[in-house]
Amino acid sequence: MNSFTYFPAAAVDLAVREKVAHSNAAYIGGGTNLVDLMKENVARPTHLIGLKHLPLAAIENTTDGGLRLGALATNADTAWHPEVERRYPLLSQAILAGASPQLRNMATDGGNLMQRTRCYYFYDLATPCNKREPGTGCSAIGGYNRIHAILGASEQCIATHPSDMCVALAALATTVRVSGPNGERTIRFEDFHRLPGDQPERDNTLADGELITSLDLPPKGFATNYSYLKLRDRTSYAFALVSVAAALELDGNTITDARLALGGVAHKPWRDTAAEALLIGQPATADTFRRAAAKVVAGAQGHAHNAFKIELAKRAIVRAFKQATEMTPATDSNAFLNSNP
Amino acid sequence: MSQTIATSPSIHLGTDYIGKPTSRVDGPAKVTGAAKYAAEFNVPGLLYGYIVSSPIAKGKITKIHAEPVLTLPGVVRVFSHENVPSLAWFDRSYKDDVAPGGSPFRPLHEPKIRFSQQPVALVVADTFELARYAASVLEIEYETEAHDTDLETKRDNGYEPARGKLGWVPPPPPRGNSNDAYHNAPHQHEAEYIHLAQHSNPMEMFATTVEWLNDGQKMNIFDKTQGAYNVQSYITKVFGLSKEEARVISKYTGGGFGSGLRPQHQVFLAVLAALDLQRSVRVSLTRQQMFSLGHRPHTLQYLKLAADDNGALAAVQHAALAETSRFEDFTENVVNWSGMLYQCENVKLDYQLAEIDANSPIDMRAPGAATGSFALESAMDELAYKVGIDPLEFRLLNYADRDQNLKKPFSSKKLRECYHQGAAKFGWDKRTPKPRSMREGNWLIGYGMATGVWDATQLNASAKACFDADGRLTVSSASNDIGTGTYTIMTQIAAQTLGLPLEAVTFVLGDTNLPEAPVQGGSMTAATVGTAVQAVCRAIGEKLLKLAQQMADSPLKGANFEDVQFVNGQIRRNEDTKQSVVIRDILPAAGEAQVEAETSTLPDLLKQSHYSLHSHNAVFAEVKVDEDLGTVHVTRVVNAVAAGRILNPKTARSQVLGSVVWGISMALMEESMMDHGFGRYMNHNLAEYHIPVNADIHNIEVILVEEEDDIVNPLGVKGIGEIGLLGVAAAIANAVFHATGKRVRNLPVSIDKLV
Repeated sequence: MNSFTYFPAAAVDLAVREKVAHSNAAYIGGGTNLVDLMKENVARPTHLIGLKHLPLAAIENTTDGGLRLGALATNADTAWHPEVERRYPLLSQAILAGASPQLRNMATDGGNLMQRTRCYYFYDLATPCNKREPGTGCSAIGGYNRIHAILGASEQCIATHPSDMCVALAALATTVRVSGPNGERTIRFEDFHRLPGDQPERDNTLADGELITSLDLPPKGFATNYSYLKLRDRTSYAFALVSVAAALELDGNTITDARLALGGVAHKPWRDTAAEALLIGQPATADTFRRAAAKVVAGAQGHAHNAFKIELAKRAIVRAFKQATEMTPATDSNAFLNSNP
Repeated sequence: MSQTIATSPSIHLGTDYIGKPTSRVDGPAKVTGAAKYAAEFNVPGLLYGYIVSSPIAKGKITKIHAEPVLTLPGVVRVFSHENVPSLAWFDRSYKDDVAPGGSPFRPLHEPKIRFSQQPVALVVADTFELARYAASVLEIEYETEAHDTDLETKRDNGYEPARGKLGWVPPPPPRGNSNDAYHNAPHQHEAEYIHLAQHSNPMEMFATTVEWLNDGQKMNIFDKTQGAYNVQSYITKVFGLSKEEARVISKYTGGGFGSGLRPQHQVFLAVLAALDLQRSVRVSLTRQQMFSLGHRPHTLQYLKLAADDNGALAAVQHAALAETSRFEDFTENVVNWSGMLYQCENVKLDYQLAEIDANSPIDMRAPGAATGSFALESAMDELAYKVGIDPLEFRLLNYADRDQNLKKPFSSKKLRECYHQGAAKFGWDKRTPKPRSMREGNWLIGYGMATGVWDATQLNASAKACFDADGRLTVSSASNDIGTGTYTIMTQIAAQTLGLPLEAVTFVLGDTNLPEAPVQGGSMTAATVGTAVQAVCRAIGEKLLKLAQQMADSPLKGANFEDVQFVNGQIRRNEDTKQSVVIRDILPAAGEAQVEAETSTLPDLLKQSHYSLHSHNAVFAEVKVDEDLGTVHVTRVVNAVAAGRILNPKTARSQVLGSVVWGISMALMEESMMDHGFGRYMNHNLAEYHIPVNADIHNIEVILVEEEDDIVNPLGVKGIGEIGLLGVAAAIANAVFHATGKRVRNLPVSIDKLV
């Protein structure tokens, strides 16, 4: 870990100003990922801007009928918030599928978007990594790539985004509000995270100095027919090999609206609006879901150890939509594991 | 006077502790934080060492740029091969009690890089944070050489290890004609079984705090180890010290699983720095650096089994190829079990090693047997299907009443009872034999079972006891308690032997100032140290009897030691228990402050040599597998264990519960992923090296099957540390086959292999 200075910001504009004034500064919210990265020397900021005193922890209704999650609301407070549970249960379920209670108590909603990949090579300074040190190469391609991307990857990087929460946020068409040196702006969630392309070091589209201030959920929460299904190597405290946020609006058995996003498969939470479109107007049956699943993985590309994810993703999509249809949302595939809150 | 009243015979102390469930005597210290671990001794003036690990797997260091680091205020020294003083010359000085054959790795000895994450430098500074930072900016130049870490490419390069280590037994010579028997048998099965390297990953990271004592060259070495004497012997030989100069203390160990059997490099580095700087120094490993230590070796196993139409085993062939390092022949007993677990006249066992550019493996959780039993018990399951016999019935049909490897009877073997009791508790009779025949919604349900066997070993040990006039007994032996319950069972043995209340007894361990005991491993501590504790308490008892006989009007006059019993705080005559003396009254009456005794015990080899000494178990597992998604949950495990006399059913059960958890871990999760391009384990942290969490563990039932054995040792115990793990991985893999019809022969049984 490098030596660093610490600036506790008292206001958003002061935080932004501080960030712009320092060439190698980082915002720190809960620190649950950044501190790890600093200990491993993957991140070496020389100046930290503390955010915890900023008034951004509230969860409140918006005038358009949606819900605003302050960037500093903790993942735990968000998941268990009565309005989130009632109106956006998909989000609650996704948050609770991730990390551990201790981490969720510290981690902030804004910080969740800023998590970096869990690629083995990104974390290990002994190996080249384009995301960590641009131009050095991707060790995962041709290396151990069991947890890596099957969609949207590039020759430069096959890392995945590790968040569960963000998969639900993507499915719910959340808007990200940011403050920066040039004032405020909003970013559509699907535009927030990037694909690696030839700049895998850039995870998102934030401009220099910009700070996430809130996540704005639209009114429509798909609170009846939804499921966040997460497949992983153990039942808790593991990143998704494949996860699916599935949400439906049904008129009888006919799908009138649909949302589909995947985690663990790409450099960003992978929402597929084309697959969603295939569902709308169709009966909520396994065949319909299979067609959507086939669409999602049509362009998928596997590597030596992660090719199984392609078939697994298809099956997970079908299962998640089945759970959503039957109103039996379940994070684990086996319902007996979900009996405890 | 009041003492006499307090211990009046009317108070029933109930001093029969052996075999009674007894809570851990060290429990309060552990849950209150009073128990201190190696990295928690905050001695004044402590310096901190941080290890720099090699990023390459093979090659050499060409330059170490230490100067810029040394200019950082607070950095004290950078140790590397360039400045380490001349130490012991010969390999034998670096050999510890459990070292395999070959040349032990010497940290910071030479520029040569032998494995990835090899320690190449130690940065010592005033604070841990500074040492860690300084280590991160220490520039080291390397010249790489081509490395080879892939065992899969070495199937034709195996060799038979010539040099073993303590406890290794080369495979017995072939018996019968297994080739012909195999070819002539109507039912045959052959397959390869594989697991990658696995790392022990005890909760406590390796650490050493060396307290530099200002009286001469003396050090207290607080070390995380499974054997204080083993560390002391290594340190004194390597650094040319006397035993007085290097006292090793290890009172609490946060898990070992074999990784602490050998002195690890942090103790070498901490002592090196302390001696050189004449200061107290601590060196602790990070979790990532824990993957630089030994590991269960990547092993390829080939099984050929054949049976006749009645299900009698006609042939057993079991060959294993395991990785070892370039510098040591690490050996473990992988295949031998296949020659003794079942009755078979035609057996061929083969064990080979192949060198790769990695650190030497080390014993890990039922070493060898965990590997071998997974393959054998999977293969037995496969052959049972081919013959068309229930897997449990198949095993009972081939039950071995004698050890055909040793050509000896077993000293005791209640495996049949394990099968029967386990099957009854589990409900094995509800199993429908056909794969995919049991289901519940999306879940395919599978029942699987397997068998395990482990050695019942006793080694030499010494113990000391001191009984004082206040009625307190202190017993000591430099054994260890890696979480297994040693403190508790030794306290029970001592209290019962002398008929004292448990609270009056203190057992002390983990200190080279105490009588010698071997490393804690191999399930041998209860037998080894327990025998010594019992013997030394008897010696105290004999002294107390003599003194009691000198008391005025002693009712014990003329009694031999065999004529009396030590019960409920009294010595009393066997024939008339009312003829008694209160033990606490003896020393005050004699005017003695204390009595002491020290004893060494060794196994009765003459008695044992006619028998095969082993513990056994039978494991039954239920899995639920999602038919579409391939997720596996082990919903029930019944583990029936026959391990001789159970000293403490509570701690024994806990050990078996823990073993089942590790068995689930081995079956479903654990693998150290070696990137052969870098020759480096890439999932070197607990985020990506998966072990179970609570949500993965469901119903586990332990049956401790009664087994009497007066041959293994005077206590009749066989040890229970390893046996609980055996069979678990195979039972789960067999259950997965029963559930899905898919046979996974390459551990772990992860989602990708079932989709």
